[in-house]
Amino acid sequence: MKILENIGKYCLMLWIVFSKPEKFKIFRKRTFDEIQTIGINSLPIVALMSVFIGGVIALQTASNMDNPILPDYTIGYITRSSTILELSPTIISLILAGKVGSNVASEIGTMRITEQIDALEIMGVNSLTYLVLPKIVAAVIFFPILITFSMTLGIVGGWLSLVIADLSTTETYLIGIRYYFKTGDIVYALTKTVVFGFLIVSISSFYGYYSKGGSLDVGRSSTQAVVSSSIAILVANFLLTQMILL
Amino acid sequence: MIEVKNVSKTFGDNKVLDNVSAKFETGKVNLIIGASGQGKSVLAKCIVGLHEVDEGSVFYDELDFCVMSPEDRRKIRTEIGMLFQGSALFDSMTVEQNIIFPLSMFTKMSKSEMLDRANFCLERVNLAGRNKLFPAECSGGMQKRIAIARAIAMNPKYLFCDEPNSGLDPQTSILIDALIKEITYEYNMTTIVITHDMNSVIEIGDHINFIYKGKNWWQGNNKTIVTTDNQEVVDFVYASDFMKQIRSKLA
Repeated sequence: MKILENIGKYCLMLWIVFSKPEKFKIFRKRTFDEIQTIGINSLPIVALMSVFIGGVIALQTASNMDNPILPDYTIGYITRSSTILELSPTIISLILAGKVGSNVASEIGTMRITEQIDALEIMGVNSLTYLVLPKIVAAVIFFPILITFSMTLGIVGGWLSLVIADLSTTETYLIGIRYYFKTGDIVYALTKTVVFGFLIVSISSFYGYYSKGGSLDVGRSSTQAVVSSSIAILVANFLLTQMILL
Repeated sequence: MIEVKNVSKTFGDNKVLDNVSAKFETGKVNLIIGASGQGKSVLAKCIVGLHEVDEGSVFYDELDFCVMSPEDRRKIRTEIGMLFQGSALFDSMTVEQNIIFPLSMFTKMSKSEMLDRANFCLERVNLAGRNKLFPAECSGGMQKRIAIARAIAMNPKYLFCDEPNSGLDPQTSILIDALIKEITYEYNMTTIVITHDMNSVIEIGDHINFIYKGKNWWQGNNKTIVTTDNQEVVDFVYASDFMKQIRSKLA
């Protein structure tokens, strides 16, 4: 029952979030600030994770290439497909759910318990539109850019690991990553990313906005935000794969 | 003027406000006093709409706030300034940005006009030149004064102060009280102060509502409160041994 109640409350929150902002100039400024906080500040962790994940996928594929029938370029093909279809959009989004989700929930939760949200409401500001809408817009715009960046670095990481370990050549790897390439895979991955970005920020905002009590409760809300947005990502991933790929 | 008529509010099984009626007059400092947990803050939150009332009405200059559309409520709220117990300053903004914030949201002032207004408000609370500090760099007393500066930035008709002296030393409390009193008379505002600080009650209480067990138990002013025979008010006012001695001397 509690889950249903929360889903209802979440939908009502979204209804208010998508109201017209009081001043477009302030909304635009806040959106750019959030792109910096949510997006650009996440570039280092995304870069690091992507290079290593790409590298490990390439090495694991190479270590299982015992069958002589399989051509060498299969390593590049599998690395590219895994990175674009699943690792970059889903795994990086799960990592961002931890980083961005906890940041959003604790920021808004702290504003709630220190009465800053009440202060906004008393001034006549729609606090949900003012606080949450710029975060959602920033995530929806910047998450696909982050994931595209991640895909590129994942493939580069795979190439580096193979070349350094002398398991393949650059030419063979390049043949592999270009083999049977479908633009639809990129569209599928970026569509997932937009949905994941929306889910991470809106769910985390929900837990932050409805925080009660003190700092311990904000910590609890932050944890719940990460857990719930991770579950939402996994469920949405399954549903979107069914809808788009099959 | 703000008028509260037969307001009741219940949380679960706990009836926090029970048929409360009160008038808060313009140009006066109206106090809501009472012991902790008696419903003072809930009453104030019902008046500003942070809590919805279960029964009764709240009138802002004869306009019923409880039946207004969210848009009309927002218009009324732009005429409200509020000083929160913990100041509620936006900690990601500087002092100047905090004061300019409501102006940038609701007026068409130019940047220089907003800056002039912010400087005027800061001077009014004796904090001229502190524009670029962040709230975390300010003391508790300074934070309260910055919050007052932000509250008066829009020239509000109504000013709410939730325990303005909590956590402050006696001297700073006196300064804050004096400031609230001065700006109330200067701008002819309807000011409502929630407090349980007896110094404030005596210093600035033009009109006092004593809340007890969720009811508006007693009404008076800073003169009648020291002479009243109402037992609950006497117990509240003369709670300490020091005050009891004063009462026996007065008697």
